[in-house]
Order: sequence, then structure tokens, then C-alpha cells
Amino acid sequence: MNPFTKFLFELQEISLLLWSALTGVFRRPRYIPEIIRQMDIIGVGSLPIVLLTGFFTGGVLILQTFPTLEYYGIHNEAGRSVATSLIRELGPVLTALMVSGRIGSAISAELGSMVVSQQIDAMRALGTDPHKKLVAPRVLALIIMLPLLTVAADIFGIVGGGVSASYIFDQDLNVFLNSVRNGITSNDLLGGVIKPIFFGLIIGGIACHKGLSTTGGTVGVGRSTINAVVLSSIWVIIFDFFLAKAIQSILGVGII
Amino acid sequence: MLNSEEFDKTLVIEEDLEPTDLEDAVDEPNRVLPAIEFRDVYLSFDDNTILNGISFTVRRGETKLILGRSGGGKSTIIRLILGLLKPDSGQILIDGEDVTVYDEREMMPVRQKIGMVFQEGALFDSLSVYENVAYRLIEQGLDSDEIDMEVRRMLQFVDLEEAIDKMPIELSGGMRRRVGIARALIGDPEIVLFDEPTAGLDPPTARTICELAIKLRDLQDVSSIFVTHEMNNVQYLSSEYATVNEDGQVVFEKEGEKLCLINTEVIMLRDGKIIFSGSDEQLRNTADPYIQKFIHGKT
Ligand SMILES: Nc1ncnc2c1ncn2[C@@H]1O[C@H](COP(=O)(O)OP(=O)(O)OP(=O)(O)O)[C@@H](O)[C@H]1O
Ligand SMILES: [Mg+2]
Repeated sequence: MNPFTKFLFELQEISLLLWSALTGVFRRPRYIPEIIRQMDIIGVGSLPIVLLTGFFTGGVLILQTFPTLEYYGIHNEAGRSVATSLIRELGPVLTALMVSGRIGSAISAELGSMVVSQQIDAMRALGTDPHKKLVAPRVLALIIMLPLLTVAADIFGIVGGGVSASYIFDQDLNVFLNSVRNGITSNDLLGGVIKPIFFGLIIGGIACHKGLSTTGGTVGVGRSTINAVVLSSIWVIIFDFFLAKAIQSILGVGII
Repeated sequence: MLNSEEFDKTLVIEEDLEPTDLEDAVDEPNRVLPAIEFRDVYLSFDDNTILNGISFTVRRGETKLILGRSGGGKSTIIRLILGLLKPDSGQILIDGEDVTVYDEREMMPVRQKIGMVFQEGALFDSLSVYENVAYRLIEQGLDSDEIDMEVRRMLQFVDLEEAIDKMPIELSGGMRRRVGIARALIGDPEIVLFDEPTAGLDPPTARTICELAIKLRDLQDVSSIFVTHEMNNVQYLSSEYATVNEDGQVVFEKEGEKLCLINTEVIMLRDGKIIFSGSDEQLRNTADPYIQKFIHGKT
């Protein structure tokens, strides 16, 4: 199979998987406790790393841009520069990358080892649809938790920026916060929450698909895990570009 | 060995049939629909032909023993019945329904009436023994008291009550196999598929598992397929039967002069074809050197 056909084929497989998982959610039996458990693992479990990432990213943005802004005499707008780049881009993308590393790998490894130890077959034999029982709760939890994690990362990023500005560059915290407040629009916020929903779909779809299509024993589990993380990270970054473009045209974000 | 009560059950089953199924039945009068039927099934993986025109039937209440060398396609046959795999051609009928044309969703109600004991156990390792055994009932949404009772009954059946709160990782291979059996038998399925349930077990445990299969066949009218390599399993299953004595206890008796088991048959696979089908006596008396070698392990 040439790479392009292979790509289309995988895309079709992932779309079908997501379709069958998410349409199944509305039929009985529903797995609400399972969704909540996954939300806990994915959301609460990822919170520390996401907060740390956000905090230090905000801090380093100020560290690197403040001198330049000062040179042009617009260092009072430092808060705005951190807030827009975090909320529009870095918050969603970095959160998605951290989550794809932590959760994408866990999902594909778990599903992959269930495939090779025939647990998926056993589940089907016992009359349960694994798409509904395993895929849907994970994807749903990702779609729900990723925007929340992103918001948390954004907030901590702005805090990090503020800390950096006031401790390293002696900027008055009120100046910083005012600039943040003036800099961001509600469309920025909306755009920053729409992106992670799509990223959740990408990470969940790729990780579940890679896990469930594992072949070749335990070696295969390792392979699917690597593929899941690499592919979902790359697709988050590629898709981010097109999403940014779409959000710009539709919401008019970033055109000033 | 149909007693009158079992006979009634057979009649009830026929009354429950959908009109379309009845038309099928009219074509072949006097015949209750078989539990499982393979019609000329072919399957290959890449250019490796595994099943090359397999046809057989498992009647209601019958046990079919499948013999064949390792890698001969026995597990594959079982996976086909559950629809975990689809054949390249041919039909597989379960209670008269052609399941080869069913998709995953249509397959679910069919799977509800089948219990499967996996060769490797295939227990859910994130769930405890209790949750594994209860799995099917929890999925069906039964209330927890009822589930609790059933799980305890099944674990008692396989003699593993003490392991109820353990995780599968803490169990030995044989214990895991028995949990697998309990999980397959819960909810009283009409059809049970055993994939080498005794492989690697000590003789008394293996014997217990055979007795279990005999009880299911003779006392609960379950249709089953029993894949095995071990000739003593064949011996047990095709020469002993279970009855309930005056004290209400289950006892196993050997078939003798006056009685000959007709609800157990052996089929033997070779190179994707069925080379033998019949009773165990016929199997032992066949002249085919391949079969003789298989039975005795030497020529
Ligand atoms: N998913 C698969 N892909 C390719 N080949 C397969 C697959 N599953 C099974 N096979 C092949 O099919 C053949 C039959 O396998 P199967 O598991 O049915 O054998 P078996 O009769 O159950 O053997 P055993 O007694 O060792 O369990 C084997 O040669 C195996 O290599
Ligand atoms: Mg096998």
C-alpha cells in the first residue's frame, strides 16, 4: 500500500471507530461510571503536569520577550502578549501534547495488551461492544477534560508570566493584569476552548485505533504505543494550523 | 437420553420460533433445528488455508468433541461460531440463524446465549475474580443481590469460592482456567464452547472439568463443543453420563450393555478437512493410520 492510500485507510478506520463509539453512547447499556472514572484518570491525573507546563511556559515567555518589548517601549503590554499567545496557541497545543504523551500512550498500551491477551475477544464473546465500553468513555473523557485542562494551563501560564514580570523585571502586577485583561477577547477564549475539543478527538481516536489494531504480541503493544503518541502529537500540531485558520476566519480572532 | 421433561423443553423451543424459522423447519420435517451448523466453511489467512470445506452439526443437547493436531484450526472454528472471525465462504448457523451475514451489533444477542471458555483464559486482568464471573450479568443490568447469588453458585461449581476477591494475576493457571469456566457458564447459556479446557491441568482437576461438561450435557441440556488433545477427556465424555440418584446427588455412571450414549460425537480435523466423524468406538476401531497414530501417539 502506498503511504497516501494507507493514510486514507487509517483515516477511514479512525473515523468509523469514533463514529461507532460515539453513536453507541446513546444506547443502553450506558457506561456513565466508566466515563467518570476515565475523566478522573485523564483530567485529575494530568492536572499537575499540565499546570507545571503552563506556569513555566508563561514565565519563560515573559523572560524572553520582555527585553524586546522594553526596547520598543511597549513593555506595559507584556501581559497581553503572554495571554494571547497562551490562550490562542500554547495553552491548547502544549496541553494536548502533554496529554497525548501521558494518556495517548496509556490508552493504546492498555487496549493493545487487552487485544493480545484476547480480553477484547472475551469481551465481545460476552456480548459487550468494546467500542462502546472502552473507546467511547475514553474519547468522551478526553473531549470533556482537555478544554478544562487547557483553561487551567492558560490561567497558570498567566500567573507564571505575572510572577516572572514582577519578580524579574519589577513590573507592577496591576499593569501586567490590566494588559492581560485588555488583550484578550471573548472570541479568543472561545477559540481556545474549541481547539482542545478537536485535539481530544484526535488523541482519543488515534490512541484507541492503534491500541485495538495491535498485532504481534507484546512487541506489537510497544509499537502501537509509540505510533499512538507520535501520530497524535504530529496531528495535533498539523491540525492546529488549520483550526487556527478556520477560527480566524469564522470568529475573526487574531486579525486585530 | 431425553427424559420427558427435556422433551417438553424441546417442544417449547419450537413454539418460540419466528415464523420464518418455521418455514425452514418445514423443509426438513421432524427435525429440531440444530444448535450449531457449519455448511461448507472455508477460511484462509493470507495463502494459508486453515478450513477447507468444513460441514458438521451440533444437535441440541449434544456434545461435539473436536480433535486435531495443534494449529489445525480448532480454535478458529470456535472463534467463527462467536463471530469473532468471518469465514471466506460457507454458512454458520446458530439456532437456525445464519450468523455469517450478521454485523457486530446483530451478533450481540446471539453471543448472549453462548458461553465460551478461552484456551488462554482471557480473564479481564483489571477486574477481580468476582467481577470477571459477574461480568455478563452486570452488563445485562441484573440487580446486585441476584448477581451475588449467581456468582457464588458458579464459583462453588468450579470449587473456587475462596478466590472470590482475588485478582486474576494472583491465581495459578488452572485456577484462572476455572474462573474462565465460571464466567462462561454464568447466566446458563444454551451453548457452551470449551477450547482445550483441561490442557496443562492435573488429572483430578481435568477430570472435574470433564464432569462439569458431562453435567451440563446430561442435566441441563446444553449443547457444546469440546476441543481437546487428551484422549482420556474423550474417554470420559463419551462413555460416562450424569444422573441424579434417589438422594438427589449427581452421580456419574458408565455406559454399558443396556445403554449407549448417543449425544456425544467426535470429529477429527486434518489439513482443514474433517477426516472422521462418529462415536468414540468408531474412532478407536477405524483403520486410518493417521487417526490410530493420533490416538496412541505412535503408529
Ligand atoms: N489471526 C491470525 N492470523 C494468521 N494466522 C492465524 C491467525 N489465527 C490463527 N492463525 C493460524 O491458523 C492456524 C489454526 O490456528 P488455531 O488457533 O485454530 O489452531 P488450534 O487447532 O486451536 O491449535 P492448538 O491446538 O494449538 O490450540 C494456525 O496455523 C495459526 O497459525
Ligand atoms: Mg487452539
